[in-house]
Amino acid sequence: VQERFGNQSFRMERKTIDLEQGWDYMQTGITKLKRILEGLPEPQFDSEQYMMLYTTIYNMCTQKPPHDYSQQLYDKYREAFEEYINSTVLPALKEKHDEYMLRELVKRWSNHKVMVRWLSRFFYYLDRYFIARRSLPPLNEVGLTCFRDRVYNELHSKVKDAVIALVDKEREGEQIDRALLKNVLDIYVEIGMGQMERYEADFESFMLLDSASYYSRKASSWIQEDSCPDYMLKSEECLKKERERVAHYLHSSSEPKLVEKVQHELLVVYANQLLEKEHSGCRALLRDDKVDDLSRMYRLYHKIAKGLEPVANIFKQHVTAEGNALVQQAEDTATNQAANIASVQEQVLIRKVIELHDKYMVYVVECFQSHTLFHKALKEAFEIFCNKTVAGSSSAELLATFCDNILKKGGSEKLSDEAIEDTLEKVVKLLAYISDKDLFAEFYRKKLARRLLFDRSANDDHERSILTKLKQQCGGQFTSKMEGMVTDLTLARENQTSFEEYLGNNPAANPGIDLTVTVLTTGFWPSYKSFDINLPSEMVKCVEVFKGFYETKTKHRKLTWIYSLGTCHLNGKFDHKPIELVVSTYQAAVLLLFNTTDKLSYNDILTQLNLSHEDLVRLLHSLSCARYKILTKEPSTKTVSQTDSFEFNAKFTDRMRRIKIPLPPVDERKKVVEDVDKDRRYAIDAAIVRIMKSRKVLGHQQLVSECVEQLSRMFKPDIKAIKKRMEDLITRDYLERDKENPNMFRYLA
Amino acid sequence: MRRSSAASKKKSDSITSSTTDLFRSGPSKATSKEMDRIDHLFNQYANTSSNLIDPEGIEELCSNLEVPHTDIRILMLAWKMKAEKQGYFTQEEWRRGLKALRADTLSKLKKALPELEKEVRRQSNFADFYAYAFRYCLTEEKQKSIDIETICQLLDIVMGSTFRAQVDYFVEYLKIQNDYKVINMDQWMGFYRFCNEISFPEMTEYNPELAWPLVLDSFVEWISEKQA
Repeated sequence: VQERFGNQSFRMERKTIDLEQGWDYMQTGITKLKRILEGLPEPQFDSEQYMMLYTTIYNMCTQKPPHDYSQQLYDKYREAFEEYINSTVLPALKEKHDEYMLRELVKRWSNHKVMVRWLSRFFYYLDRYFIARRSLPPLNEVGLTCFRDRVYNELHSKVKDAVIALVDKEREGEQIDRALLKNVLDIYVEIGMGQMERYEADFESFMLLDSASYYSRKASSWIQEDSCPDYMLKSEECLKKERERVAHYLHSSSEPKLVEKVQHELLVVYANQLLEKEHSGCRALLRDDKVDDLSRMYRLYHKIAKGLEPVANIFKQHVTAEGNALVQQAEDTATNQAANIASVQEQVLIRKVIELHDKYMVYVVECFQSHTLFHKALKEAFEIFCNKTVAGSSSAELLATFCDNILKKGGSEKLSDEAIEDTLEKVVKLLAYISDKDLFAEFYRKKLARRLLFDRSANDDHERSILTKLKQQCGGQFTSKMEGMVTDLTLARENQTSFEEYLGNNPAANPGIDLTVTVLTTGFWPSYKSFDINLPSEMVKCVEVFKGFYETKTKHRKLTWIYSLGTCHLNGKFDHKPIELVVSTYQAAVLLLFNTTDKLSYNDILTQLNLSHEDLVRLLHSLSCARYKILTKEPSTKTVSQTDSFEFNAKFTDRMRRIKIPLPPVDERKKVVEDVDKDRRYAIDAAIVRIMKSRKVLGHQQLVSECVEQLSRMFKPDIKAIKKRMEDLITRDYLERDKENPNMFRYLA
Repeated sequence: MRRSSAASKKKSDSITSSTTDLFRSGPSKATSKEMDRIDHLFNQYANTSSNLIDPEGIEELCSNLEVPHTDIRILMLAWKMKAEKQGYFTQEEWRRGLKALRADTLSKLKKALPELEKEVRRQSNFADFYAYAFRYCLTEEKQKSIDIETICQLLDIVMGSTFRAQVDYFVEYLKIQNDYKVINMDQWMGFYRFCNEISFPEMTEYNPELAWPLVLDSFVEWISEKQA
């Protein structure tokens, strides 16, 4: 502070200024300021005037008591504002309304801030010592508080109404003065002096209420009139506009609150009605492949808590319905048509299911941004219909047959390698939805065995490729046996080479017939029924020779011969021309009987070969009643009966030189299901014992649920089956029921 | 009581050691006179060569007590004696039972029966008795289960008077179902719990997700279907 002045109207010694006198002087400054603020012609303060005013205050504050007028000056400072507000500012505001009032307010506030700035400079000395000493509000604050208490408190409600009216006007499409609103709302913020309380309580809460009710009205009429896509477009637009509103004049902190209100009124309240609209709702959009609309639906509901759940639900229902329809279609076709056409339909079903999966996966990824809810919905939908039976075949069997068709010769030669790889990939993915994975494994294994043993596999690489994929998805245990089977064949080939070498070195041992033996490792291959048929002597010699050879290689293995899988090439010396017959070993055994006798009765053959009726009928049928009649049957009825007799058909001929006489395959389904059920019993036992061994004591429900979880990778165990196994384990003293609590079980070591 | 012709495995101990045991056990000391009378009664029914009361002897005893030999009270008597083998009472078992009942004559034994029945039917004892009844019917060395027919008879004897309806229904069910040919101890005890805990025939408290034996789950299902 400069104590020296260049102005000569002051004496060098300070004369005591008395209050009234000093205040009069200050008043001139204040009046001048007011005139400037009112826009009246008045020059600005120059530095001399400023200094004088400042010094006056300074002097009056530093005078010796009783002339130190700090307190009085502090009060008069405030009074200056109050007087001005009461006399001029308030009346000016009160006579105006709406937008005019808003403009006046903005002007007056701006003026007030200027007034505070200037006056607080004049009175600055109070800020330095007096205020601090007495812990009083600083000058700036006093000034603002005056405006707040006198002007703001009076008018904020009216102002708020005017602002909101303008906002609604803008919502209806009219142009409004955004800058004005921004300035008005800045007042609410500034008047809070660092807190957002005033803005929130005096403006924002009302604005939110009004916005909610505005959109509530709009929504209630739109929901009646508009289609779902149109409604969504409007909603999206509204949200966009509201965000812009915030950016232009509302305080940024209002954005989340406002957006939430708008979303609530437009999207939450009417969610059900919107999504379920009959001809244009979610279901219809899915049905009509309206990808854009669905994407919009996702965008809108994504930000709402639990907003996506109903959408995901409808999606799931839709996919399930489509899947069920495919299954039903296949079922209907199968029951209406002949067996072999039906099986083609079943294969078509698998292909369609794959296509369905591809289609809706695209939806999940693109429309629904790979959100977990939708992945889950798709998964659950597929789990529902992928486990349905079609015409007696389980989905596990259908899938295994589908794979067989791709992998066998003549199955999918038209497809490129890439297409096949792609299909195999998708098939393995489909397996994830099937709960009876162990059943699939067993069917697959049976068909794989057939492909491998009868050289019907189209491509080794594809065979290995699918095993790799299955291993990745289901674990090593799942594919270990299958891999063993494939390896066995490679080893078998090596073995055959050694066998041929052995024969070369031991000409006496040679059976005189070309013999190829495939040695299989028992554990890997499906179990085959094979009973001791009385082989013709030529074949007996073959068996002996091979046994001799095998014993030179290893003494610790037992060979069990599976004649039912053997193939034989016979030369049929027919009258017209000789024809090579490719038949099964059993068929060959039957035919060779006719080398020694011309005519044989059913019973003769039965006794000589030692077969069951069921098998013999099948064999004889294939040789005498099917396409190629190698034997003539008497009487020549269509089916074989036990009183028939058979004769070599010398007159048989065919334009081919070599023909295959197929044996219709036995229905393996029943056996597969039985085998799998048996394995499941062991698996459940093992799981129960494993769990109880580690837990020692466990409640029933927990045991059941842990059991289900452990086994879920391979199959979904029936709760009753688990209970049954538990009872069995109790009888076998692995478990006991706890004496105190009958719902707990203990492990018995 | 089903008769068994299998040879007894248990040999009664020599008289002196048994008597000493009896003297040492129990709250009241049996007088030697009492014990003599008990032994005397034993000898009236025992087979002299095997020194056991065999099925024939038991039948005679029953007729003297004026109690049918399929009556539950004979089973209760066996329980009191802790008799191990169905159809036979050893001397030790006989002494144990009659001493506990303070019966050294036939008429005292007869009078003791109603009291015995009350004792067995007490909640604290009946479960034990019920389990005993099952074990009593296991005649072979490693036998763990009892065939359906015997179970049906046993149920009738043991539970018929207190849980008539449950027994009738369950017996009917056991006879027509095909899943089980025998019943094990766990299933047997399960039925007891069932009678005590589940209201019949409403069975509203029954929850198949709990650890009830599967045979009871199927039984309840069968009844529900019948009622529908």
